[in-house]
Amino acid sequence: MNTVGLALAEALHLIAGGDAKLVAIVALSLRVSATSIVVGTLVAMPLGALLAVTSFRGQRAAIVTLNALLGLPSVVVGLAVYLLLSRAGPLGSFGILFTPAAMVIAQAILVLPLIAALTRQAISDAWQETREQLRSLGAGPFASATALLWDLRFSLVTIVLAGFGRAVSEVGAVMIVGGNIDGVTRVMTTAIALETSKGDLPLALGLGFVLLAIVLALNVVAHLTREAVQRHHG
Amino acid sequence: MALTRRIVAALLLAVGTLAALPLPAQQRFIVVASTTSTEQSGLFGHLLPAFTRATGIQVRVVALGTGQALDTGRRGDADVVFVHDRAAEDRFVAEGWGVDRRDVMYNDFVIVGPKSDPAKVAGSKDVANALKSIAAAQAPFVSRGDKSGTHAAELRYWKDAGVDLAAQKGSWYRETGSGMGPALNTASSMNAYLLADRGTWLNFRNRGDLAILVEGDRKLFNPYGVMLVNPAKHPHVKKADGEAFIDWLTSPEGQASIAGYKIGGEQLFFPSAKK
Repeated sequence: MNTVGLALAEALHLIAGGDAKLVAIVALSLRVSATSIVVGTLVAMPLGALLAVTSFRGQRAAIVTLNALLGLPSVVVGLAVYLLLSRAGPLGSFGILFTPAAMVIAQAILVLPLIAALTRQAISDAWQETREQLRSLGAGPFASATALLWDLRFSLVTIVLAGFGRAVSEVGAVMIVGGNIDGVTRVMTTAIALETSKGDLPLALGLGFVLLAIVLALNVVAHLTREAVQRHHG
Repeated sequence: MALTRRIVAALLLAVGTLAALPLPAQQRFIVVASTTSTEQSGLFGHLLPAFTRATGIQVRVVALGTGQALDTGRRGDADVVFVHDRAAEDRFVAEGWGVDRRDVMYNDFVIVGPKSDPAKVAGSKDVANALKSIAAAQAPFVSRGDKSGTHAAELRYWKDAGVDLAAQKGSWYRETGSGMGPALNTASSMNAYLLADRGTWLNFRNRGDLAILVEGDRKLFNPYGVMLVNPAKHPHVKKADGEAFIDWLTSPEGQASIAGYKIGGEQLFFPSAKK
């Protein structure tokens, strides 16, 4: 059998086997990325929405900068967070380097520009259409931003999922700030990198398929939920 | 509306639970900065459970190259450093970053290369001669190029062989800047020679057409040392637990456990702690 065939067999075997170690790694992956997404969304969505409904000097520069940050390499984010959290760094006294908390911080920073930029774009389009109406109702920037965020909540789910995809799939940042410690900070992506290092390519690719299956399952659930809710609302 | 609210509430609850789950039982632990060769050879998977059983202390291993592992210790991000580059270790201790350095074990390096062996080095026991032949034949050679202990050793061997890399390296000499495993993957895909530690090689699966060609030279000896990060420089270092780890590694029990790690019946590491 070729490598891909072996990897598929390995993936099925891993999923069917319900290996305790694999379950723990998957759970940690989901937990770290879910937490970072909650943190990232709470900061980035209001930011993106406000950027869309207000106008101020330097706004275009801010928007261009935000969009450019989408290209931020995860390994750079990892390095910056590492230097911040290292004992020799400014936040070293908390001692959270090489813990899941450090991974959450790195991923939250990583997804922040993505969620903010996509939110800004979505809100900005809606703002063009409803601006007069909202103004005539006497809504200020905060009220307008809140109203539009609520109106667009179904589209925003897609943005959150995109952010989750970015967080759960990146390896550069969590490798540096988490250290890939067995049973403590080893997540799906760092486990894949490790197995690749060991030359166990079928197992590495098999883990990759497992990760893909999980992300796919999450997207299906989100999609179905959205459809059900929209149908309910008519 | 009621349905939306219920679904949103359920989602929030799920995420909240995920985020709030307690961290894995907070127990005593130390952070050990070590090398990819000890982790990827599987030694730690064999050794650490025995130590944790004996002492109740969990060991969190961050596997890096030797240079990076020592840097991690220097920054105070590890309690113990467990590496293999004697010259760099002595410097680390001399500069006051580490204390209580002890010999733990050794393994050996081997030169791995394609079975077709274009540089004709197979069966040789002389690493200097072998490298000379590889350079003369301009046969592809993969270097770690990552300031690891293995990289430092490789550079020493080139020097011994009288090969001036700066002048002679051409497209045949490929620095990958990666760990032992990734370097092996690269060599395997381009049928290149490289210097590997025996442990990682034995545990490596994607060998392709590669085999051990040169081994057994006394110069290929590869000693590992362990040391505590100096608590005087970094007060948060877990001195007692870190010392417990060092003591256990060099104790008869720890040494026996190291000797007992085998892959396919072959012993990978040889204990060398002084009584």
